[in-house]
Amino acid sequence: MTSEYEPVIGLEIHAQLLTRSKMFCACPASYGAAPNTLVCPVCLGLPGALPVANETAVEFAVTMGLATDCTIARRSVFARKNYFYPDCPKNYQITQYDAPLCTGGHIRIDGNDKKIRIKRIHLEEDAGKLVHSDEENSSYVDMNRVGIPLIEIVTEPDLRSPAEASLFMQKLRAILRYLEICDGNMEEGSLRCDVNVSLRKTGTGKHGVNTEIKNLNSFKAIEQALDYEVERQKALLGQGLAVSHATLLWDDAAGECRVMRSKEEAHDYRYFPEPDLRVLEVSDTLIERARASLPELPAAKEKRFVGDFGIPAYDAQLLTATKEISDYYEIVARESGNPKAASNWVMGEVLRELNERKIEIPMFEITPERLARLIREVEKGTINIPTAKSVFKEMAKTGHDPEVIIAGKGLEQIGDEAELDEIIGKVLDNHPSEVAMYLAGKVTLLKFLVGQVMKASKGKAHPQKTTDRLKTLLEERRDD
Amino acid sequence: MGLNQFGLSELVAMVKKGEVSPLDVANDLFSAVDAVEPKIRAYIEFYAEDLLDEAKRLTNSGEYKSTRFAGLPIVLKDNITVKGKRTTCGSRILAGYVSPYDATVVGHLKRDGAIIAGKTNLDEFGMGSSTENSAFGATRNPWNLDCVPGGSSGGSAAAVAAQTALAALGSDTGGSIRQPAGFCGVVGMKPTYGRVSRYGLVAFASSLDQIGPITRSVRDCALVLSSICGRDPRDATSLQSPLPEFEGALEKRREKLTIGVPWDLLDLGMDPLVEANFKTVIDALERCNVSVVDATLPNSKHAIACYYTIANAEASSNLARYDGVRYGHRTGTYDDLFTMYTRTRDEGFGEEVKRRILLGTYVLSAGYYDAYYAKAQRVRSLVIADFNASFDRCDLIMVPTSPSPAFRLGEKTDDPLLMYLSDVFTIPVNLAGLPAISIPSGVTDQRLPMGVQLIGRPLDEETVLRGAADLEKMIGFHGGAVV
Repeated sequence: MTSEYEPVIGLEIHAQLLTRSKMFCACPASYGAAPNTLVCPVCLGLPGALPVANETAVEFAVTMGLATDCTIARRSVFARKNYFYPDCPKNYQITQYDAPLCTGGHIRIDGNDKKIRIKRIHLEEDAGKLVHSDEENSSYVDMNRVGIPLIEIVTEPDLRSPAEASLFMQKLRAILRYLEICDGNMEEGSLRCDVNVSLRKTGTGKHGVNTEIKNLNSFKAIEQALDYEVERQKALLGQGLAVSHATLLWDDAAGECRVMRSKEEAHDYRYFPEPDLRVLEVSDTLIERARASLPELPAAKEKRFVGDFGIPAYDAQLLTATKEISDYYEIVARESGNPKAASNWVMGEVLRELNERKIEIPMFEITPERLARLIREVEKGTINIPTAKSVFKEMAKTGHDPEVIIAGKGLEQIGDEAELDEIIGKVLDNHPSEVAMYLAGKVTLLKFLVGQVMKASKGKAHPQKTTDRLKTLLEERRDD
Repeated sequence: MGLNQFGLSELVAMVKKGEVSPLDVANDLFSAVDAVEPKIRAYIEFYAEDLLDEAKRLTNSGEYKSTRFAGLPIVLKDNITVKGKRTTCGSRILAGYVSPYDATVVGHLKRDGAIIAGKTNLDEFGMGSSTENSAFGATRNPWNLDCVPGGSSGGSAAAVAAQTALAALGSDTGGSIRQPAGFCGVVGMKPTYGRVSRYGLVAFASSLDQIGPITRSVRDCALVLSSICGRDPRDATSLQSPLPEFEGALEKRREKLTIGVPWDLLDLGMDPLVEANFKTVIDALERCNVSVVDATLPNSKHAIACYYTIANAEASSNLARYDGVRYGHRTGTYDDLFTMYTRTRDEGFGEEVKRRILLGTYVLSAGYYDAYYAKAQRVRSLVIADFNASFDRCDLIMVPTSPSPAFRLGEKTDDPLLMYLSDVFTIPVNLAGLPAISIPSGVTDQRLPMGVQLIGRPLDEETVLRGAADLEKMIGFHGGAVV
């Protein structure tokens, strides 16, 4: 009976923009400073202070609009959203309401097969941070975050599963990061996501009553919270009960949603046009400048990697997840001359190393140029793959060039026939019974003997040449 | 001799010639305040020490000679911020609040060598027409201590009229500079919306508020305006436009002015004394070779309703920040956030402010927005269109400043609607964002002054000031009241 319903999911995403200053004042838009030190009369909402819109923030928002195929409004309107809360010093937030900056775009997911529509993207200011102290029975507020520029991105309810919602967020995050307008850090809250979810009978157009879930700090949380809420709604509907509209808070530790407020407590925000700001006019020049600055976006890059490098679509998708990885891969692929090997190395060793050490590409010791040289050493036959992997580890540890490590440790593969023959001769001498059995027809013993040669050469024997020479030398012994 | 009896420009000239020093002026002004202020109560705070110290310093150093204001004092309505000084807005809710920054206009005044000498009383947050709605008590009209000085810039107008200030800044949202100037027999000007930066003016209704001078003459008004106007990067609504030296503009010879009189607006009613005075002014103008033509402002009859919808809507949001969390008054006892908010605001705001916050909240509420706020915005564009059409036929529009001379204290406090009507001739100007000046046009037989208002095209302060200077000369009324 569970398949009777399908989830209808829409997202509301807040992304902090990487501008130098805040949305409406000159205070730095940065983190980590002592509480209430990055503030001024404007962001503190002191009597008499006035907002002035940050042009870079407008340009960033336009860029995001262009990247998601939105229509950019030449004239849009800032509005006040009125509500009382101590993290909001003016007790209204400057946002955009009925005339947003960007409308009607989309982002493709599922290998570009599915289009998720973007309803709107608008600019607004962030609120402060409340710090509660149980011991003192008090709350404090840090206003450093007040006024940091945000874009709010609202999707149409086009997502049909929790996994799809998470996938969409990953795509969206990748775009934001490609554009270098948001660092996309969900744990630190520079990228935040609220979800709306309702169920409807599969195949019908009628939506059910939805709930909103807040406090989703990771892709995993998005998926888990939605799974939880979809099951809860299914259970209610299954018992013939109604879902009631509510705002829920995801508790990551407990793995459940809690009711934050019900419909009765819903706000009337009394939106009206912000009289302290003029209509926001976006010139053709600004739009053209933003368009010209658009980098190659993940979807396009994915397509190009498949076409240019002949790698599978799956690999291409993984390798374009972030701009850093894609840039890294592209250098490795080009400089090594072997894009497939490059893809294996980047998706395997490189990502594993980064994940294990929880570091980002810019801090990684192995530059893409060095990795390309390592791959070329394998190509040339200087070292084999197992050796290359240990050289890789050494490179990560020391930051040295692959050639230096290979030469210093004498790791060059033994490909010289005479040298190989000498090692093989000794191995055959030491295994007379295996040799006899092989010559008697048990050819599967060849593998064992290759292994023994590898062992004797400390892994440096060239695998193919070893096999070839072994076969020849064994045949020679038949004549004895 | 009391140098405070001279107007600002005369004193600037005297000081620059070396006839008197900034300290001489400061001393005389201080004595006048000392003597007169207890009767008028125009000030919330007079910075006597700052004034005397700074005047002494300037006098000794001689630094003042090249500046526009030559080290002379100017005072401010107490909704304009001065760094390190209290800003009260005439409200309990801002108790103890000290501004950490100067308003842009204060920066301009200081740059031009003025000494900021004090803060004047006002209706709380500029909400009122009598300066009775102040947590610091009512200000009296220097012409008749039983009468109000008008409002909300009543303290500024009363101080200038009582010669306890040489010049003052006020703010005008619906007539708050012009109406008290009219009631007190002084000159008051509301510049074009966007002409003067609002940065540091505590907002009442952001789309209507504008700072302007209150002075004893049109020349003084031009002098102060030249200093305070100009595009400010801190105020997104301030306008980029050439900055004439307004005093120089007064001297320019010019073609004959055409002044329009909107009889339909005047038909809304006024005191017979005001009507008679206004007609005298028209006759005099015609004798002085000014063409007086009929104008029409048919939608201005809706202006008061439109104004109280828009202004209160904006005010309800602008005043939301006074919540006891960060600064100003906070109630003594509370168990939770909601109680803290409600008690703080209940104790901190006066009755009129609460009334307007409630009305403003109502008109913005879901389901009412279109019927009130959105409709009021449409009416506002009609009012603007009326003015535009009228200015096709005339250079200036002239109406009385107020429908009556100053009324008695307490006379209208129980009837807010009656109080609102005292701004019937000034409000349309704010809705249209136009420059307008009120100059004294006569005195009733009860010895109460009346004012006439000249309204100009957007950013055409020059013509407004020229017309006012001519009218001032013709009427021959100059100065103020000596209490």
